[in-house]
Amino acid sequence: MSLGFALTILLDGISYGMVLFIISVGLTITMGLMRLVNLAHGSFAMIGGYIAGYLTQGGTNFYVALLVAAIIPGILGGLAEVTVFRPLYRKAELSQVLLTIGIVFVSTAAVTVIFGAFPYPVVFPEYLTKPVDIGFRTYPAYRLFLIAVGGVVAIVLWYLIENSLYGAKLRAAVDNPRMARAVGMNVNVLFTGTFMVGCALAGLGGAMGAGIMSLEPSYALKYVVLFLVVVIVGGEGSFKGSFVAAMSLGIIDTVGKYFFSQAAPYLLYVAVFILLLWRPQGLMPAKSVA
Amino acid sequence: MTKPSSTTTLAPAALAPISKLWATVGHVLPWAIAIGFFFVAEGSLSIGTQIMIWILFALSLDLILGYAGIVTLGHAAFFGVGAYAAGLFSIHFSPDPLIGHIFAIVVSGLLGLVTGALILHTTGVTFLMLTLATVSLIFEFGNQTRWLTGGDDGLQGMRVDPIFGMFEFNIFGQTAYVYALVVLFIWFLFSWRLMHSPFGRSLDGIRQNSRRMRAIGTPVWWRLLAIYGISAAMAGSAGALLAHSTRFVGLSSLSLLTSGIVTVMLILGGTRKLYGAFIGAAIYYLVQDSTAKINPHFWEFIVGGMLIITVLFLEGGLMDLGRIGRRLISRFRQRSDLP
Repeated sequence: MSLGFALTILLDGISYGMVLFIISVGLTITMGLMRLVNLAHGSFAMIGGYIAGYLTQGGTNFYVALLVAAIIPGILGGLAEVTVFRPLYRKAELSQVLLTIGIVFVSTAAVTVIFGAFPYPVVFPEYLTKPVDIGFRTYPAYRLFLIAVGGVVAIVLWYLIENSLYGAKLRAAVDNPRMARAVGMNVNVLFTGTFMVGCALAGLGGAMGAGIMSLEPSYALKYVVLFLVVVIVGGEGSFKGSFVAAMSLGIIDTVGKYFFSQAAPYLLYVAVFILLLWRPQGLMPAKSVA
Repeated sequence: MTKPSSTTTLAPAALAPISKLWATVGHVLPWAIAIGFFFVAEGSLSIGTQIMIWILFALSLDLILGYAGIVTLGHAAFFGVGAYAAGLFSIHFSPDPLIGHIFAIVVSGLLGLVTGALILHTTGVTFLMLTLATVSLIFEFGNQTRWLTGGDDGLQGMRVDPIFGMFEFNIFGQTAYVYALVVLFIWFLFSWRLMHSPFGRSLDGIRQNSRRMRAIGTPVWWRLLAIYGISAAMAGSAGALLAHSTRFVGLSSLSLLTSGIVTVMLILGGTRKLYGAFIGAAIYYLVQDSTAKINPHFWEFIVGGMLIITVLFLEGGLMDLGRIGRRLISRFRQRSDLP
């Protein structure tokens, strides 16, 4: 196997992992911060994707569409947090699972009724659909774009979480929400804000990643397992953990598809299964690392 | 992480004497409806059969989710494996439905014990993810092994012999209906007895506070494993009923959506009451059936909406409506007793 081929697979895996990361990072923070099992996270990604699809098919500028695809799910997420999710934080896991599955069903039905049951494409600008020369071979510009945006998002988030006051508050609240309240932090506002950012990122990821994870009404249910896997494998509430987990899962899945196309679908789940049995708290539990 | 939930009264022993009559009515009514339906609704017996299959499936979930407090999204694995086991048995070994049914129960029960032994030491979200991984793995297995399962075309070409060599599965579905009813009744009696035994009470205790149960000497892990296996076997039995009555097994029987649907049914009806599964499954099926005629996707709206409302406002499920009603009646009576 040539080095070029190996690099190609690595790039494929990384670009896929970047999409997983952008979508899942919001989920990891909300699950770590609010202890909420949110199966509806995929719905926000799906809504973002469909908005981008609708706008770009109508001829709107791609980047404007991406922006809108992030803003609307963010606002919806904020509304949902205040009305539906807040009463859930104090309830048992089962109630959380059920209600968020209910949201998945409703959003799936809504999308089917509005946009139809068939896959719904996002129109990417022409220069993104062409391959570009990256030295040792040509490579799809779209995938490079994903890696670039994912990298920027990761660096900005990392900077915010590690160095800003908001980040310090966030880390404090993840570590010990009661103590955070006790020292006078307004954890409710922090929750809503973080939830909105998470949903906006999910919308962005759903829109950008539509070339890899195609948009269809079953999107919300189909991929939420993947997003949850990223979160749980990385460790709930762990920012670095979810980055590492998203990259590993992206690469494992891609390698699987190249070399063991028969076994590829199992590979991911088997990996998750073994990993969770070995480390039930995930790779990098938030409290010891982030 | 789970909060100690309040102990609900278990009918009928714990009920006040006034409602003894109601309890009897409550016990007789579902079965009377089921038997009456056989004579009244000749044309739509297959719907009745479907409903009873889902009731049995939801009942099996009630044992682990309601009583033992095991939150799972992977229960469809056992249902689907039971269905495939029954289907494959009839194709490759013997078309006798009863032997095939027992085979399906054994296979899914063993699967429950094996997967349960692997994952039951974890709790909460980790456990939930492991059940998701399990059901996804089995789904992919069913999808990939086309030579065995027919992949997404489903398993076709089943032959089912008459039960006891006498009762043939006819197009009106009479045999299938009675078959499903009898199986459901047997499993119901079994679950009722089990949940009112010391074993069942210990599951109740584990759900409420597993640490304390461990402290007083209950072998928590073994108890959970036992009920997980039993529940898996029961779900497999429901799957076998599905395979025998439709002579077809679809890949969707293994899907995550199926797990979701059965959970919805149980929650809608109410957990930890056994009869909750009856109400939930019947209402869900009828709503889905009637709304799907208006628009094939409308039922998802309804189901999702019902779930959200149930969680936010009606935590005990529809079975609680009865309790709320009874409380209102008794309050009314007390008031009229006043001088």
